[in-house]
Amino acid sequence: MGGLPAGKVEPAEHDYADWERRVDALMIILSGGKGGRKLMTVDELRKNIEALPPDAYDRMGYYERWVTSITQIMIQRGVITTDELGRKMAEIDKRG
Amino acid sequence: MVEARFKPGDRVKVRKAYPLGHIRTPFYIRGHSGVIERICGAFGNPEELAQQRSGEPKQPLYRVRFVQNEVWPAYKGNPEDVLEVEIFQHWLE
Amino acid sequence: MKDNGSYQPYSYFQLMEVSLRELLVEKGIVTETQVAEEVAAMRMRTPAIGAKVVARAWVDDSYKQKLLENGSRACEELGIEVAALKLVVVENTPSTHNVVVCTLCSCYPRMLLGIPPEWYKSRSYRSRTVSEPRAVLAEFGLRIDENMKIRVHDSTADMRYLVLPMRPAGTDGWNEERLAAVVTRDCMIGVAVPKSS
Repeated sequence: MGGLPAGKVEPAEHDYADWERRVDALMIILSGGKGGRKLMTVDELRKNIEALPPDAYDRMGYYERWVTSITQIMIQRGVITTDELGRKMAEIDKRG
Repeated sequence: MVEARFKPGDRVKVRKAYPLGHIRTPFYIRGHSGVIERICGAFGNPEELAQQRSGEPKQPLYRVRFVQNEVWPAYKGNPEDVLEVEIFQHWLE
Repeated sequence: MKDNGSYQPYSYFQLMEVSLRELLVEKGIVTETQVAEEVAAMRMRTPAIGAKVVARAWVDDSYKQKLLENGSRACEELGIEVAALKLVVVENTPSTHNVVVCTLCSCYPRMLLGIPPEWYKSRSYRSRTVSEPRAVLAEFGLRIDENMKIRVHDSTADMRYLVLPMRPAGTDGWNEERLAAVVTRDCMIGVAVPKSS
């Protein structure tokens, strides 16, 4: 997006929530950091973020994009399946 | 590892190409000319790493310095203002 | 959406995080301990680490030279964990101001500054810093004299950048700790300069 027209820079800050920090931690571990098995590259993370439609990209928060991308990579690499994810999300939603 | 073809001070041009895939060469700098500021080393090719491949052989990575006035026609500022971008060798000619 | 008083249901993405993590734990790929430890380590990485490096460079000229030659190695010398960080330190001088951006994503020297602030990752900062740095810096309240040269660093690949700001006037005799206290995160990104008061 370098050089494209855009509005003023809002010096926004927010303290990251625990779930956002866990997404960050998962990325580091799955990239082979902290003794994790290397199951993804940062380039795959970026590729899957770039694949988001522009309106979704703008609507989503930073770690929302990350968690979407990391989950996509795990599906693409066959670490988890779409079906497992769907069932797990329904189970957790119910559990609350 | 691919051998480095350029050295600091060399004048280079960024290839003007728009393929698909994950690319670490920003759009805005494609087609522009600059000068090698330094060789950063050699790193896995991000275009390959993004597609679950090894990224080997490693590609030399450079920092290339561009004059702002040459990159942005309407640039406002000091004529000596510069922009430095990391670019992999296979994007330079 | 369930109506349970103050109960906050998971957002779609929080649900995804919990689900992904639980699946990975069930499959033995990550452990909850690993995640918790990394989160704790992340909380320890703050701009105070970068400030310590800057303060050392201000009081020790030979250290400054090492830092400019090989940023990662110079950080390790201070006992800072750099992991895979390839650090390039760029020095502000009376004639040159440096500012760092990543137009492609949000590359940032996280080992030295922690998680990047929201604005660093914003569309406006990433789009405009490369093409109109003076206007962007002015929005941060930093006016760069026309006679000064600006170097914008687009952190597009494997290197990470830290700005070594100029030591402010009025800090003669200050020890490293006191000096480090005036080095803010924004000074090390290049959208601010340190002040002695």
